[in-house]
Amino acid sequence: MSDKVFMKGCEAIAEAAVRAGCRFYAGYPITPQNEIPEYMSRRLPQVGGVFVQGESEIASVNMVYGAGAGGTRSMTSSSSVGISLKSEGISYCAGAMVPMVYANMQRGGPGVGTIQASQQDYFQATKASGNGGFKMIVLAPATVQEAVDMTYQAFDLAERDRNPVLILGDGVIGTIMEPVVLPPMKSDEEVAALKQANRKWAIVGHSRDEKRGFLSPGYWSTVMQEEHCIQLDKMYHGWEENDVQVEELYLDNAELVFVAYGTTARIAKSALELLRAEGHKVGMIRPKTVSPFPVKSFDKINYDVCKCVLDIEMSIPAQMLYDVKLAVKERGAVDTCLRSGGNLIERGDIVRKAQEILSGGVK
Amino acid sequence: MEAVYTRTNTLNGNLLGFCPGCMHGTAFKLIGEVLEELGIDNKASCILAIGCCGLAQEVLSYDLATAPHGRAAAAATGLKRSNPDTLVFTYQGDGDLASIGLAETIHAANRGENISVIFINNGIYGMTGGQMAPTTLIGMKATTAPGGRDPKIHGYPLHIAEIINQLTAPVYIERVSCNNPANVRKTKNAIKKAFQNQLDGKGYSFVEIVTSCPTNWGLSPEKSLKFLEENMMKEFPLGVLRDK
Ligand SMILES: Cc1ncc(C[n+]2csc(CCOP(=O)(O)OP(=O)(O)O)c2C)c(N)n1
Ligand code: SF4
Ligand SMILES: [Mg+2]
Repeated sequence: MSDKVFMKGCEAIAEAAVRAGCRFYAGYPITPQNEIPEYMSRRLPQVGGVFVQGESEIASVNMVYGAGAGGTRSMTSSSSVGISLKSEGISYCAGAMVPMVYANMQRGGPGVGTIQASQQDYFQATKASGNGGFKMIVLAPATVQEAVDMTYQAFDLAERDRNPVLILGDGVIGTIMEPVVLPPMKSDEEVAALKQANRKWAIVGHSRDEKRGFLSPGYWSTVMQEEHCIQLDKMYHGWEENDVQVEELYLDNAELVFVAYGTTARIAKSALELLRAEGHKVGMIRPKTVSPFPVKSFDKINYDVCKCVLDIEMSIPAQMLYDVKLAVKERGAVDTCLRSGGNLIERGDIVRKAQEILSGGVK
Repeated sequence: MEAVYTRTNTLNGNLLGFCPGCMHGTAFKLIGEVLEELGIDNKASCILAIGCCGLAQEVLSYDLATAPHGRAAAAATGLKRSNPDTLVFTYQGDGDLASIGLAETIHAANRGENISVIFINNGIYGMTGGQMAPTTLIGMKATTAPGGRDPKIHGYPLHIAEIINQLTAPVYIERVSCNNPANVRKTKNAIKKAFQNQLDGKGYSFVEIVTSCPTNWGLSPEKSLKFLEENMMKEFPLGVLRDK
């Protein structure tokens, strides 16, 4: 059954998770993602799943660590400052190879910041989501439909890699209502089969003639720790080849290329359409995975005609900018168009900046 | 010749690595014997804390995962709730359970999670080299309390079993020790009861084992046994606090 419904982003993410086979969720209240735990508290018991309101984000992520360690598809979510508290647990999942999915509906920061939408956690999401230099696939939806599809996919990726996967949303994606087509509900048999497949490594008890379930976030042997890091690094490199998701628009002979993800990308796309209607050759790269970053898309830009690659983010200071610069490799100019603090970037801001650049005023 | 006593099969024979006179080894031995006697070592899963207990991770033959420092009860909650047929227990030191993980400890107990918590109270941070723990005795020296624990600065030793005994949900709370054969037997019985409660679906059980840390107490194994009996067991009296 795939049905079209009108749903709020957070609730759609929660429903997509349940349909993907998520049977354990733990979380702690924080705006703007409260609808995820609230929805899960109603929905999971209906499908034989478990919802726990943790006493903190720390407890919640560790409940998910435990549930994931038992082979159950498990999820947590939070926003910005709450994600900071989860970072040790996320690092443990990456170290002990416990699959888990989590969502960050970003708000303003640093500190407790604001409760409105921002993209202020880009570095945290893509570079250092916890100690130890691990990496994750980070999916950045721009619509509620994409949030649904990405959440559904996230559980497969997490389980394939036995690694955390992050849905990087923001206050807009979390609270906006849009029509969505929901993915098919996995049957109880399918969910049970998925869990059974994890039994070989899950810590659910093994008889003495089987290999014990042993999930270790660390080693006493430095040699073993290094070997583990090398294996993980191989996996991370594999993502760069196989798991990049990106939307590329009008890159051929573009004189200006926007780079934006998530909510910002929607606004940027609207500015692009306006500018193109006026005859301007504007293209766009929209990372759908901000990790792995779509580096190769930047090789499709014709730097002989491109006046500028414009990094558009709801973050001051700019953060994605550094990935953009690495991908441009000094072949052309890079500039920024930014808002912060929970203030949405406006289409007019982008259009004005674009016109400035196209009329010759490049930094 | 008939073997009247053998090592539990739940220890794989590799070196445990604990210091001479340390009681972590005794505790793991007892846990293993209980698992075998109940015939449940094939469905047991340990959430191991951060601390000296980690030295056992290559030695235990049953399933285990190490939780972040202090968070074992939360991890056990997630594991048990989603795998009700698995026997889930935590194994935690006093720094882990009583300091950094106090919130997780109390809330798991308060929810009445159907898990068994084994608490190794040696009154010190063993693994990190003898810093003051919430359970360090008044006057007892620690590397971060070089003049000894001073209640005016550090407060008083935390009595976790008594704190948990304030909650409604837990079904079984007992404080035991391993200072002599009789108490070792009592410890084993307490662990067995905690596991049996879980198998029976009764709910949360808490077993505090008052132990020693000869290395960081700066005492010989023999003297630390005496200190344990004369000081630790006075501050932390043994006995059943609750058995519902
Ligand atoms: C988040 C975090 N903080 C600190 C540490 C360092 N650390 C490792 S073991 C330990 C204390 C262990 O003491 P206790 O729980 O009493 O166990 P024992 O070694 O005495 O058995 C600490 C603080 C850590 N690993 N993780
Ligand atoms: S440091 Fe203390 S607790 Fe750790 S193994 Fe040695 S005696 Fe045992
Ligand atoms: Mg200790």
